[in-house]
Amino acid sequence: MFPALSVICFTLLSGAGYGLLILLCLDNAFDIGLALEGMRRNILAIVSLLLITIGLLCSTLHLANPKNAWRAFFRFRTSWLSREGVFAVLLYPFALFWLFMVWSNGVMPASGVEKLLAVVTFFLAVATLFSTGMIYACLKTIRQWNNALTPANYLLLGLMLGASIVLVGIDGGQGSTSAEKLVLGLTAIAALTKITYFYWIGKPAGPTINSALGFTRATVRLLDVGHGSGNFLTDEFGFELARTRLLWLRLVCIVCAFLLPILLLVSFDRSIFVNIAAMIFAFFGVFVERWLFFAEARHVVNLYHGAQRT
Amino acid sequence: MKLGLVIDLDTCVGCHACAVACKQWNSSGMSGPLTDYKPYGDEPAGVWFNRIRHYEVDEYPNSKTINAPMSCMHCEDAACVTVCPTGASYKREEDGIVLIDQDKCMGCNYCAWACPYGARELDRESGTMKKCTLCVDRIYDDNLPESERQPACVLTCPSNARFYGDFDDPDSVVSQKVRERGGYSMMPEAGYQPTNKYLPPRQKPLVEQHAEKAASTEKPLSQIQRWIAQQLTRQA
Repeated sequence: MFPALSVICFTLLSGAGYGLLILLCLDNAFDIGLALEGMRRNILAIVSLLLITIGLLCSTLHLANPKNAWRAFFRFRTSWLSREGVFAVLLYPFALFWLFMVWSNGVMPASGVEKLLAVVTFFLAVATLFSTGMIYACLKTIRQWNNALTPANYLLLGLMLGASIVLVGIDGGQGSTSAEKLVLGLTAIAALTKITYFYWIGKPAGPTINSALGFTRATVRLLDVGHGSGNFLTDEFGFELARTRLLWLRLVCIVCAFLLPILLLVSFDRSIFVNIAAMIFAFFGVFVERWLFFAEARHVVNLYHGAQRT
Repeated sequence: MKLGLVIDLDTCVGCHACAVACKQWNSSGMSGPLTDYKPYGDEPAGVWFNRIRHYEVDEYPNSKTINAPMSCMHCEDAACVTVCPTGASYKREEDGIVLIDQDKCMGCNYCAWACPYGARELDRESGTMKKCTLCVDRIYDDNLPESERQPACVLTCPSNARFYGDFDDPDSVVSQKVRERGGYSMMPEAGYQPTNKYLPPRQKPLVEQHAEKAASTEKPLSQIQRWIAQQLTRQA
């Protein structure tokens, strides 16, 4: 699949935004030990909504005919893309009202309404992030996406990036020990599922050129593709990168997204620079991960263009 | 009704006439124009509803060239319709034709990702997805003589390799062909239950070669007699 920058930025930025919002709501409603309060929490909540909004705006750049984008909320019952849009829009009033309550409450203990709003926002953020993953995971045509680890990775990587922002936001404050533990724990789990995903998609599976054309008792090879230059199908689905380059990029992804942040946080004393460095590495690593997510996906239409298997 | 096509891979010669006829008819049809990008440039490209690819099956000397025209299969379980967020893609209840409402499409490409057959192509000019309509603006046109109320690709095929009809009617030409020739679906394991079917190449030559067969089963003596008779008649 062609790795479109608009979709990569959308999933990266709004994924981090939803992850951050999920953690803030959890901390507000159930007190997971981040001890965020006052201006710090307000600023982090605004950052999360900004990231979400920038990401969603990036996603509209992927549309060839954005004037009809408002229609995307109508097929909620069947389409994950539609569900993602509905959840994303539904989240705004709850999140903004929650932010208003939090802001006006100041350093006072959270009220019941505030906690209720935090729980609703939490569920909507999880639903949106899960739907983003399911947009890709529900496609039977791309075996690298059509598995349970796709939405799991989207959720975990979003939470991981959110936690790394929280750590920068706390900046040596009261809850920074638990925030550091949270970043380390989420990074380790996200790394495990992502590495498992890399193993899963390495297993040969799915249709072959033989079953695609119905000639299953003999070899089949492409003689001529029937068009002189590229077309929509080759531009969109024909993207291919050398195997060695892909492996290098996987290494870059694992080192930057998971290994370096963990090493930085474990081996250096707590300081804002270490936290910022860990966050930047995590964002860069997940950017590479998202790029690979598209670049490694092989659509079955490639079988008709001569690929022996996907 | 379950309208669709049957394509005979035995007789298709891979001439691309169906694709050209399709482009000609649909350029002014309900999804038209089928935009061409730089049609006179170095790398002409554009939107087509029907594409023909050429394959070699098996190894020499048993190899055979297969020309495979592919357009929308009008699947019974059409994933492109399921994933469409705007409702622009729809499958008609009455005849099973899968269509795109050009006024509703937002060009997100998601349906093309869901289609395993590469039947959907984005028109960069209009920003909307386009696909085979089974010539819906032709097959129901009362102004045309009844024999011409067929998709343009079927009408134009010079080797008579394309058939159009109702798969729900067991006596229609498409149902008969599928029954008699073992018509099959492409990539059935994807699970979309494509309506269009393909007829496999015939295993035997069409014309039985009776004369040769008879000669080989003759007794040696009568073979000699026939040879003598041939020599005599030639000299005479």
